[in-house]
Parts: sequence; C-alpha cells; structure tokens
Amino acid sequence: MKALVFLEHHGDAVTPASLGVLAKARSIGLDVAGVLAGAGVRALADQAGGLVYVADDPRLDAPLPQPRVDVLAQLVRDEGLDAVLFAQSVLATDVAAGLAARLGAGLNWDLVDADVRDGVLVALRPALDDSVYVDVGWTEPPALAVFRTGAFEPAVAEAAAEVRDVSVTLEEHSALVELVEQAAEESTGPSIEEADVIVAGGRGLGGPERFELVEELARALGGAVAATRAVVDAGWYPYSAQVGQTGKTVAPKLYVAVGVSGAVQHKVGMQGSGTIVAINKDPHAPIFEFADLSVVGDLNEIVPKLTELVRARRS
Amino acid sequence: MKVAVCVKAVPSAATGARLDPQTFRLDRSGDLALSEYDAHAVEEALRLRGEGGEVVAVSVGPERAAEALRKALAMGADRSVLVTDPAFEGADLFVTARALAGAVAREGADLVLFGQQSPDGNGACLWAAVAERLRLPVVSQVAELSVEEGALRGKRQTELGYETLRAPLPAVVAVSDAINEPRYPSLKGIMGAKSKPQEVRSAEEVGGPGEAATRVLAIADPPPRGESRRVEDGSAAEAAEAIVEFLAERRLV
Repeated sequence: MKALVFLEHHGDAVTPASLGVLAKARSIGLDVAGVLAGAGVRALADQAGGLVYVADDPRLDAPLPQPRVDVLAQLVRDEGLDAVLFAQSVLATDVAAGLAARLGAGLNWDLVDADVRDGVLVALRPALDDSVYVDVGWTEPPALAVFRTGAFEPAVAEAAAEVRDVSVTLEEHSALVELVEQAAEESTGPSIEEADVIVAGGRGLGGPERFELVEELARALGGAVAATRAVVDAGWYPYSAQVGQTGKTVAPKLYVAVGVSGAVQHKVGMQGSGTIVAINKDPHAPIFEFADLSVVGDLNEIVPKLTELVRARRS
Repeated sequence: MKVAVCVKAVPSAATGARLDPQTFRLDRSGDLALSEYDAHAVEEALRLRGEGGEVVAVSVGPERAAEALRKALAMGADRSVLVTDPAFEGADLFVTARALAGAVAREGADLVLFGQQSPDGNGACLWAAVAERLRLPVVSQVAELSVEEGALRGKRQTELGYETLRAPLPAVVAVSDAINEPRYPSLKGIMGAKSKPQEVRSAEEVGGPGEAATRVLAIADPPPRGESRRVEDGSAAEAAEAIVEFLAERRLV
C-alpha cells in the first residue's frame, strides 16, 4: 500500500507531529514517502529520511492550504497513492479537506492509531469527547487520514533522504489568498514546555484581571502559567502561554486547569500531563471527563484559598 | 453584501451526543440546536450584511434541523435553506461538502461563512472542502474580519503565531469563536422568524446524493481511566483543602 505523509514544517524544522505520523506509517508496513511543500525546503528532507517528494516553489512560501492541495492531488494521481496521512494542524486539516473534495476521497480525522488489516487501512478515532472509540475505514482509495498531534513518537532519520522534485502547477482559485503579515509573539517568563507544574486559566475566569488568581497559584506551586486559545484570542493573555492545538503541547507532572472547559483543542495540548486537577463551576465541563481530580465550584473563592494553603504548606 | 452562513444542527447540550449502536451514526433523535460555534458565524454575517444586503443560513441535515435554522433567522438572518434528503443519512465529509456547495452555489453569495468546528463531529475542515467544490479561496480560524473594495482581510491564529490574510471575494471564511459575542434572539426576532422564507431542497437539487467514502467499522467503550476523584459539595475552603490533600498524597505539593 503506497502512502504519502504530509511533512509540515515550521521554519527549518519538520514538525515532530508529522514525523510521528511518518514513524507510524513505516511501523505498520506501508510503502511510505514524505512530501515537503514550501520555499527553500529541500534541505529539510533529511529530517524525515527515506523517499521525500519536494515541491520547492516561492508560491508555496506562505503556510496556506490551497496550493498544497494542488501539489498533493497531482502526486496522488501521478504516483497512484493509496493513502495520504497528516498530523493535525490548522494547515494540515485544511489541506486534507481540500484534497478530499478535489479527489472525491474519504477523510477520517482526529485519529490516534492506524493499522493494516486484511490489506486495508483501518484507524482508531476517539469521538464525542472521547466517550466512544470508533474503528474507521475507507470504502476506496485514496484514504485520507488526519492524526492527533502527539499521537506517535517522531521518526528519527537514519540516512539522508532520497529527494524527488515535484513541479508545481497551481489552479486559478488556489493562488488567490495572500499572506499580508505574519507575527510570532516572543515568549516571556518561564517556558511552559519545560515546567513541572502548570496552572492554566480559561474563559471561566471571567476577565483578564482574574489571571492574577492563576499567577498567584502558579507562584505558590512554583509553576508556570498557561492559557487556553479562547482567552488568548480575547487578548487576556499572551500567545506564548497558549496550550492546545494551535499553541504548545505540554506534559508537566501537575496541570491545574482553572476555569478551563476542556475543549478538545485544549485537551490535545495537555492530555499527557501526569496529574490533572480541574476547577470549574460547570459540573458538565468536558475537562472533568479526563481530570484526575474534578472540583466543581466557584474558582474565585476556591483558588485564593488554595493558594493560601499551598503557601502555608511550603513555608 | 450577500452572505451565506453554513450552519449545523447538533444534539442540544441537554440531550447530549451519542452514537447509535446499530447504525454507528450520530443519534439525532433528540432535540437539535444551532451549533454554538455557528452562532458566531451568523453574528459575523449580520455584522457584515450592510445596507441592502442579505444573510441566508444554509444547512444540510434532517428535517428537524429546521429548528436550528429558525434560531439563525431569529438572530436576524433573512432566509434559510435546508438541504434534507434520506439519501444524506450517514453522509461523510465529502458528501456533506458536495451538498452544501451545491446549495451555496445557487445563492451566488459574496461571502460564505462557517463556524470554527462542529461540537459533535469536531472535524474543523468542512469549509476547505466546500471552498474546493466552489473553486473559491478559503481562510480559516479568522478572529478579526473586515471587507472592503471586493476583498476580505482576516486576522487569525495558527501554530505559527498570528497571520493577516487577504483574499478577493467571493470567498469562504471560517471564523473562530473569539471573533464576536453572538446576540441572543429578541422576542420580536423569534416571532418574526416564523414568517421568513424557509426553503427546503432535495439531494437532486444540489447535485445528487453522492456516496460516502468513509465508514465506521466498529464502536467500543474508551479504555478505562485511572482512579479519579470528584469534589462537588461543601464550601470553597473545604474544596481547597481537598485539593491540597490530593496533591500531598501524590507528592505534588
């Protein structure tokens, strides 16, 4: 079964999540190649190793999905591919869905595992807030599959890649979006990726000024402060602190979620944490489905008391 | 400006979402509601409609999805189009995208809006498939949107930070739930919704039914979780004490 893995790159690095999908594809015996699409990406192929198709073109510089659909659709047709695999990201899911529409192909997403059974690809998808595990398949090739970030350990390339250049022909409608500006925020304070303890604040805080509660608890516990996408988008806290699908993936020993609902976008960034404590006033908050300690109550009252108790214990 | 908003009727929070153990499909027999994420798209459409413009809410779903569309009308949308057909039961992403694109294509909208995801399917990518069917530019995750001189400008957040993108109209845009606070329908809006045009279309009218290319093979319970505890009753002080006790047991404090 011939499979292609979409190798997303951020700067000069192929993302660990796409290298993880590559490793998984190799481990289940697929005849697998990677594809890199961007400007000046040729040198990145060695991070993946094996056969790597490279579409190197200035028109692929911006991280936009539609030109990449053109590249992948052409490869699927020319190489007779049976499957195209992606690691979940804003870019990758848009590419996968566009490709599904272009090829009339089946797309399964949010996958955490895959295997080949009786010569066909099957995959595992936790659905409905992970309340049910679903085995999914495809009726015909090509099978398009998007895997959760961090589902697999990244591949380590043992030898230089065999690079095959791919020419790029763009459809008219694929080249219409233009990247006007790109800004990455600089990180301040302790890095949440290395912290043993993280206290995260979500929309349940009610306002940016309440992040003080989160910061004080983090200080008392000797930890770092994280935030959900919703509050970062609302301007309550900087992007560098964001945990989740479009932010950082963390795995501290202790993760205290304050006023965090636990939407799946957040969950994928922190579910690897050792112990998860959640404080939320909504007894049905999804985060209680995977927290080790679920505390239903008013964070405005509980958090200051908790900070006080932790301080007392430490002094 | 004419804006088409694609919305989904999802099991209401009270009903909860579950899979039918026989068909493996999402059980939609209970109450259906307008997806909260899509309410942000409706709100944005109303904001951008402007003088003499029109907002049409479009959905693919069972007949009872009309209830969810009425919420969009009650918020202020001018018309609704429901694509419903027994042939769409068990539709996958491609079949749904094809039907939605077929319905939206008839509208000739300047802008096609989506919410950022569905709370049940959680795919967060339908717009890209619809845009491809319509051969239109697409921008997702937009948290700030403006339109001028026949082009849109959207600011969004991705794993790489913040991006500002520009695209000529017509275009497809998925908005993030940070973009606005959706209004609650007024009593007048709710009453008025009943008399607004609510069209229903069959599969044939939007390009035929199509065949799902994905399937569910089996469903199972999730793997067992480790021991977990819940603190619900009692004062804030008691809750704080319970947390410290728990952390102490695990040597985390």
